[in-house]
Order: sequence, then structure tokens, then C-alpha cells
Amino acid sequence: MKKFHTSKLLYGIYIGILFVFFYLPIAVTMFFSFNSSKSLTHFSGFSLRWYVNLITDREIVDAVWVSISIAILATLISTILGTLTSIGISKCRKVIRELFMNINNIPMMNPDIVTAIGFMILFSSLRIPKGYYTMLLAHITFCTPYVITSVWPKVKNLDPNLADAAMDLGATPFQALYKVLLPMLKEGIFAGALLAFTMSFDDFVISYFVTGNGVSNISIIVYNMTKRTNPTINALSTIVILVIFVTMFIVRFIPYIVRKNKKGRNHILHEEIN
Amino acid sequence: MKHFRSMTIPYIVWALAFIVAPFVLIIIYAFTDGGLSLTDASFSLDSFHDMIDPLYATVFARSFETGLITTAVCFLLGYPMAYFITKFDEKVQSILILLTTIPMWINLLLRTYAWIGILSDNGILNAVLKSLGIQPISVMYTGVAVNIGLVCNFLPFMILPIHTSLSKMDPSLLEAAYDLGANKVQAFVKVVFKYSIPGVLNGVILTFLMAISAFVIPKLLGGGQYTLLGNLIENQFISVGNWNFGSAISFILAIVILFTISFLKRVDPDDET
Repeated sequence: MKKFHTSKLLYGIYIGILFVFFYLPIAVTMFFSFNSSKSLTHFSGFSLRWYVNLITDREIVDAVWVSISIAILATLISTILGTLTSIGISKCRKVIRELFMNINNIPMMNPDIVTAIGFMILFSSLRIPKGYYTMLLAHITFCTPYVITSVWPKVKNLDPNLADAAMDLGATPFQALYKVLLPMLKEGIFAGALLAFTMSFDDFVISYFVTGNGVSNISIIVYNMTKRTNPTINALSTIVILVIFVTMFIVRFIPYIVRKNKKGRNHILHEEIN
Repeated sequence: MKHFRSMTIPYIVWALAFIVAPFVLIIIYAFTDGGLSLTDASFSLDSFHDMIDPLYATVFARSFETGLITTAVCFLLGYPMAYFITKFDEKVQSILILLTTIPMWINLLLRTYAWIGILSDNGILNAVLKSLGIQPISVMYTGVAVNIGLVCNFLPFMILPIHTSLSKMDPSLLEAAYDLGANKVQAFVKVVFKYSIPGVLNGVILTFLMAISAFVIPKLLGGGQYTLLGNLIENQFISVGNWNFGSAISFILAIVILFTISFLKRVDPDDET
């Protein structure tokens, strides 16, 4: 038994070291965002001046706005597009479906840089001026496949006669969709939307190639500012990282807590039966 | 039924315009020599011929080498990690996996920016070395910095599939192996490792493909000195303006990656996506 414990301790140490490797750079960034001087190696005192800088810097505030608004719009549109397509494609013939899925996989498998220059060539050849809307179009395009891969497996598991049954009972196709199909696909749609949002929010390579006219998102701003030390970026980093950390924990543990409660209830039910 | 089928039309049109058309354009540019205009372009393999030029061949070789190093280091660090995680009970495991996943969700630019603060010449690493009385080292803008960045970034993609494979293994198999007289090494090689092969294959190929097509990390941590394929493509489009050559490299990169992943999907029936 004792041997078991020591080996577990060693495992823990190894895992801990790798986590340090993952999180140390992030922790350092966050730590120096509270530094009163510009140095990224010497901590001279606590200060919030970089956070003040952050909210007064027009360029950064604009970039945050671009990132958030594009992520929300792209998530909304790609979730609707992806969900409707997943439901519709289940009624198509197998050959068409497979061809379609292969095309749908391209943006997910292709390296970002190839997708990015593909868009750049497309927008340039069509003489579409690059800016906010080209970025939005590109984001919808690379987000939708992720929604489809999240929703499609759920659609596949549905009873194919479900919609027919609803319509036989007098529902219009829209009601069948809205009241029967969508509620059953809720989990997949939610997972897809979350994936789409983070994909859009994190993107750098594709945005960098399809934007213009001074429109930048957070990634592009960070990229342009890495050439010189700028603790304002640390402040921005800290906020973004905290938001993601909290969201991830909530998303991960809400189903767990719900399940635990359910399990508790089932347990009580079980006891009562016995 | 027709109602539902017609719901696919908007996205099919969308996909044709924004997925298929850009890809076709890349192929057209790759196989022609008309420069930026498509109207007076004619079929040509010049772009592919140019890749033999030692200048570009080095970039291909360097990308390949970087891919191999990153994959090897990720495997050597990630396999034990995935294996050790399975040794904990389920609740702890799910937290450890979550902690492995979170870095993947944090903006790549921000994570790479964090490494600059540590590795640069007057960064934290050298400050620590100096306080220990050790000669400062210069790793920023070298292959070492790029590889550190790549490993840190892609390690979760190695750990997660291996962990998935390992956690599907029934622990009683291991007991059975011991009962049948296997020693620790034999049991590990013949039972545990064998079980994890699909995960390893997935992790290794994913890491390698992501490393050879990396663009941001070599750009930020390697400066201009460490050009990989992704950076070469960017140069051709942004600075040089040779769209034909840039498209040809993109075309090769895309074909290699698309074929490898479809092969991987065929080999691994568990993969649902």
C-alpha cells in the first residue's frame, strides 16, 4: 500500500512539472500586468496603470470590440447554418451526404495558413475590399464545420421518423423543427456554438490575411505589439485568460453538478423502492 | 420531407463559394504562371520546379526537421503524462484533463507572447540564470525557442488522444498479464502500450502536421531567422507577391495534410468526427 502511495506521488510530481511548463508563461504574464514599471523581469511595485492604459487605448478597445462582435455574430450565424444543415443533410442521399461531409471537413483539416491565403485570393480576385465584413465571412466559414461536426452525430442518433410523427399529429414543418427536433439536439448545438465562439475568438492567421482598412482583432493587435515590450498586452492577456478559465470551469462542471444531483435523486428513489 | 432537405441549400451554396472556390483558386494559381492576373495565365509547372532551389529546399527540410523534433519531444513528455493521469481516480482525472485542455483554449498569440517575456535576452530566464551566477544564454530567435513554443502548444494534442486510448483499457487486463507471469516491462509493452497505439498514432500525426504548418510561433519566437513553410507562404503572398509560387507550396502542404488525415480516419474507426 505504501509503495502505491510513493509511486502516485512521483506521478503527481511529473504531472505538476508539465503543468508548470503549461502555466508558468501565462502566470508570469499575469503577474507582470500588475507591475508599476515597464520591466517584464523586475517587479517594482503593485499598480493598475496598465489596466488604465488598456481601457483608454482606443486601438485596443476597438480590437476587443471587433473580436467580441465577430465572435458573437459568427457563432450565431454558423450555429443556425450548421444546425439547419445537419438536420437537412440527414434527409439527403448517402452519396451526397458523404461528398458534402468531405467538403465540410476541409476547413478543419487544412492548415490555417492555406485556408487564409485561399480567402485572400478569393477576396482579391472578386475585388471585395478587405475589412470587417470579409473577416466575418471568413469566420462564419471556418466555424460552421465545427458546429456541423457537433450537431450531426446527435441528428444521426435521432429516430428518422420523429419529424414525420410530429407532422402526422398536425404540426407544421416549422413546429416539428422548433418543438421536436431542436430541443433534442440542444446539447450538440450548445457544444457546437461554444466551439465556434472560441475558434473565432482565438483566430489569428485567417483574420490576419483577410482583414484590411485598419480593422484588427485582439490577436492582430497582440501580434503587432510583440515587437516591443508593452505591459498593456499583459493586462489584456490577464483579462482574456481569466474569462476563458472561468468559462471553461463553469461549462465543464455544470453538467457534472447537475448529474451529481440527479444521481443523488436516483439514489434516494432507489432506496425508497427497496 | 422536402422542407428539411431544402435547409441544406444555403450552406451548400456557402461552402461552394467560400470553401471550394478558394481551394480551386489556389490550385489554379499553383499550376499557372500569369502572376497576379488570371486572365493571361497559362498552364505551367514552374512553381513546382522552383522548389528544388536550395534556398527553398532548406525551408522544406527545416520544417520537416522541426516537425520531427517537436513530435518526438511531445511524445516523450506526453506519453508518461497521459499514462500517469490514468493512475488517478476518475474525479481527479477529469480535473487533470481539464487543466491539460485549458491552455488549448487560450489565445495562441497570448501564450506565445508569454514565452517571449521568458526567453528574450533580457527576459526572465536570463535574469534567473544571472542571479544563479550562470552565463546568460541567447535562445530567442533560434530553433530552440521555436521548438519550445511548438512543444508547449501541441503537447495537449499528444496527451489527450493517448489518454483517451489508455482510459479505455480494462485494468484487469494488466492484472491478468501479471498473473500469467509477465514482469512490469513486459506487461507495459505488451498490454498498455499496445492498447494506446491508436491514441499514439493520432497524437503523433496531429502534432507533426500542426508543427510543419505552424506559422505564428516560428514568426514570433524565431524572428525572421527561422523560416518554416508557413512563413515562406506568407512571404510569397505579402512581401514578394509571387502568388503562383505561394499557391504551389500551399497546395503541396494541403494535399499532404488532407491525405494523411483521411488515412488516419480510415485506420482509426473510433474517431467519429
